[in-house]
Amino acid sequence: MKATEKRHAAQSLILLTATRYLVPILLLFSLFLLTRGHNEPGGGFVGGLVAGAAFALYALAHTVHQARLLLRFPPRTLIGTGLLIAVGSGLVALLFQRPFMTGIWSAVELPIFGKLGTPGIFDIGVYIAVLGVILQIIFELMEE
Amino acid sequence: MLIAVLSGFGFSLAAIWIARIGRLRGWLFALLPLILTLYFLSFTPAIIAGEVITASYTWVPSLDVQLAFNLDGLSWLFALLVSSIGTFIFIYAGAYMADEPLVGRFYAYILIFMASMLGLVLADNLITLFIFWELTSFSSYLLIGFNHKDDAARKAALQALLITSGGGLALMAGLILLGLAGNSFEISTLVAGGGVAEHPLYVPILLLILTGAFTKSAQVPFHFWLPGAMTAPSPVSAYLHSATMVKAGIYLLARLTPVLGGTDLWHLLLPAVGGLTMLVGAYLSLRQVDLKRILAYSTISSLGSLVFLLGLDTPLAAQAAIVYLVAHSMYKGALFLIAGIIEHETGTRDVTALGGLARIMPAVTLAAGFASLSMAGIPPFFGFVSKELLYETTLGLQDTAVLFTTLAVIVNMIMVAAAVLVFVRPFTGAIVETPQTPHAVPLGLWLGPLALGTGGLAAGLLLSQVGSTFIAPAVSAILAEPIEVNLALWHGINPMLILSIVTVLGGLVVYRYRHVYERISSRLDTSERWGPAQWYERGLDAVLMLGQLQTRILQHGYLRVYLLTINLVVISLVGITLVTRYDFAGQLPSTDLHFHEAVTAVIIAVAMIYVLFARSRLAAVVALGVVGYGIALIFVFFGAPDLAMTQFAIETLTVILMVLILYRLPSFANFSSRGQRTRDAVVALSVGALITTLVLISTTIVQPSLLTPFFAENSVTEAQGRNIVNVIIVDFRGLDTMGEITVLSIAALGVYTLLRLRTPSQRKVDLTAAVETGEIAEKGKSEEAEGVQ
Repeated sequence: MKATEKRHAAQSLILLTATRYLVPILLLFSLFLLTRGHNEPGGGFVGGLVAGAAFALYALAHTVHQARLLLRFPPRTLIGTGLLIAVGSGLVALLFQRPFMTGIWSAVELPIFGKLGTPGIFDIGVYIAVLGVILQIIFELMEE
Repeated sequence: MLIAVLSGFGFSLAAIWIARIGRLRGWLFALLPLILTLYFLSFTPAIIAGEVITASYTWVPSLDVQLAFNLDGLSWLFALLVSSIGTFIFIYAGAYMADEPLVGRFYAYILIFMASMLGLVLADNLITLFIFWELTSFSSYLLIGFNHKDDAARKAALQALLITSGGGLALMAGLILLGLAGNSFEISTLVAGGGVAEHPLYVPILLLILTGAFTKSAQVPFHFWLPGAMTAPSPVSAYLHSATMVKAGIYLLARLTPVLGGTDLWHLLLPAVGGLTMLVGAYLSLRQVDLKRILAYSTISSLGSLVFLLGLDTPLAAQAAIVYLVAHSMYKGALFLIAGIIEHETGTRDVTALGGLARIMPAVTLAAGFASLSMAGIPPFFGFVSKELLYETTLGLQDTAVLFTTLAVIVNMIMVAAAVLVFVRPFTGAIVETPQTPHAVPLGLWLGPLALGTGGLAAGLLLSQVGSTFIAPAVSAILAEPIEVNLALWHGINPMLILSIVTVLGGLVVYRYRHVYERISSRLDTSERWGPAQWYERGLDAVLMLGQLQTRILQHGYLRVYLLTINLVVISLVGITLVTRYDFAGQLPSTDLHFHEAVTAVIIAVAMIYVLFARSRLAAVVALGVVGYGIALIFVFFGAPDLAMTQFAIETLTVILMVLILYRLPSFANFSSRGQRTRDAVVALSVGALITTLVLISTTIVQPSLLTPFFAENSVTEAQGRNIVNVIIVDFRGLDTMGEITVLSIAALGVYTLLRLRTPSQRKVDLTAAVETGEIAEKGKSEEAEGVQ
């Protein structure tokens, strides 16, 4: 298993170089998809998938260990955090005496994100949870 | 009142942090029930005046479920018991679990229980009541299984949960039927309305609700979970399994007496089951040597007496029931706590291995003395009053006076013997060598039992005040009419007093000759082979076997057979419906095919065919990827960019996953016979044909969709987004998305557990397998390279 990883790491200079440029771009793209999702094609789900692909690419080029360091948080923590954010965004409505998961919007308009509201926060939760799920599975399989 | 009920849930969230403050945590936690006790006491004048305090909050307006609370005499008495006994239990638990690392978790659970129990006794809405009812079962499960590393504790917890929640299901059905029959889910309306007893559904309603109440209150034949629950820490046994939770069934019966009571069936079932439970519980209690089990069986017997009394639903019987209930909560709670102290200090609960503790723990001895005297029914203790009232009730029966009076006397004789046993054996005589050497007992431990024991004495001494303040409002609530209660210790020499004297003397005789009792009863006892506990075991085994059987049939682990099964079911069900129900009329829309669309379709088809004949796995995976990308392209062409993007991302990740797995697979080979391949081809083609037909049919439907215009109109105005797909995902159908990401998360955790949490030996096997497959993968790769060439 360790041997496999090492072989991966030493395998391809092209992959390593490409990864250096591709990963930041993919991550930025995933955030872009997330933020514009409410009005244009995109959203938390696909954003999370793209971000997952970015980290998977990094893990292929380097090692899972390196990818885990880059990610900083264990995927499981991400899953939990994402779910918690999603549930939390739904609970906000209760403070306004509305049923669970009613969208609550603030009047504030942000430059990229558009209007700030709980569905946006929910989407962030989806993004984080999906990212966590993908990486949990991929890292685990790669380490086998 | 909402805050009073729900505060326990709030504090349970913080319990883990509060518990970190150290030794004084018990006292700190006890502040909450203490405040609640004072809060409920502040209603005393209103309750005595017969007022009912209500509070209602909208909870689920769409289902008409109100968080409605109703504080009348009965609720108030129960709420006081829950919060005041809770205060002592919380103090006690702080000292009892001083060295327990997970004490924060313990308090979290027991706070949930307290809050649920308060909610249960205060609820006015049937659905609210049911939810709190289930919450008490749930917290009881967590508390019984608190020492979760102990196999017996886990088993007992599961047993208690299965039985009480099984009863809970029956109760739910019964409560819903009751709500429908009475045209209201508010108990207060049902009591005022009446007429349920004449309803055609009355018998099923009563049977279902009784099942719920009997399982919870450990009536025969469901009684066996209660002794099992004694594996819980002693504060739990005292609080849940004697003073409060097991009385939830009693509370429910009392609460619904005006609605369901007064019928022949009620008068038959409750006294019969209650009487049997009285006898069985008492009979089994004296056969035990474990202190807690003696107390558990005697609790079952007492619960039987309460059911019996409620079944008579006369003012006298209701009065007897309430007095019995209060007296029992105090003395039995105290005795359980004392049993806990004894175990804590000596390391054993076996009464035959104990002795002479009076010299070491005087305060505990005093408490135990008070509690045992009350249990034995000696004046002026409150237990004496409850026994007098029980006899008065049975003597007043018309046809069955002799039968039930005899029964009550026998049961109470055994109770007297049990009370003597739990006091005399551990506390008197010579000091016996025990596994641990007992020390002086700290204040936190003896305060609770002494307070509860003294409570039994005080209630007996202040009898008339107790009667008018606490008993009368509750009795009035049970019977839904004002009742006067006049309690007195001395009524002159009457039949009840003579029966009491006979009982005490008889009890002493039973105690003196308990070895004879033991010899006779062990001959009679068939419960070890034919008791309900054995039926439970057999039932559970049968369910598990059925589960294994169907798992073996359905979950065999062959992906190809799963696919075959699923597809065959779809073909047959949908196909049959199509052929028999659908009228193939309607015009296929004319299609003008663009060149790029045609090319994509051809690419998909070619890639698909290539997959079938691919000679290496890598080639097949890549070809499947081509199919996926082609479909994504089609999404792009027909205006579904969101879908397309997701499809692209999923396709990419799938290929990555596949490649990762490829390394672990044995070399590519063809295992299926010609016949199997033909079968698979037929199934695959049928599914394809079916789906094609369905798609074609859906395009012939002329009626425009109602959904598209709805979302188009409302997504900007109501959800402030222009991307309808995303608005549906995060807003209109946000709850679905929440469910989906939860499922995904659980799937990820499943993968994690499958891959990671294997036993070391399995890991080793897998490691060697991995090395082997690694070699195979190398070989496979060279083959694949050839295949590509």
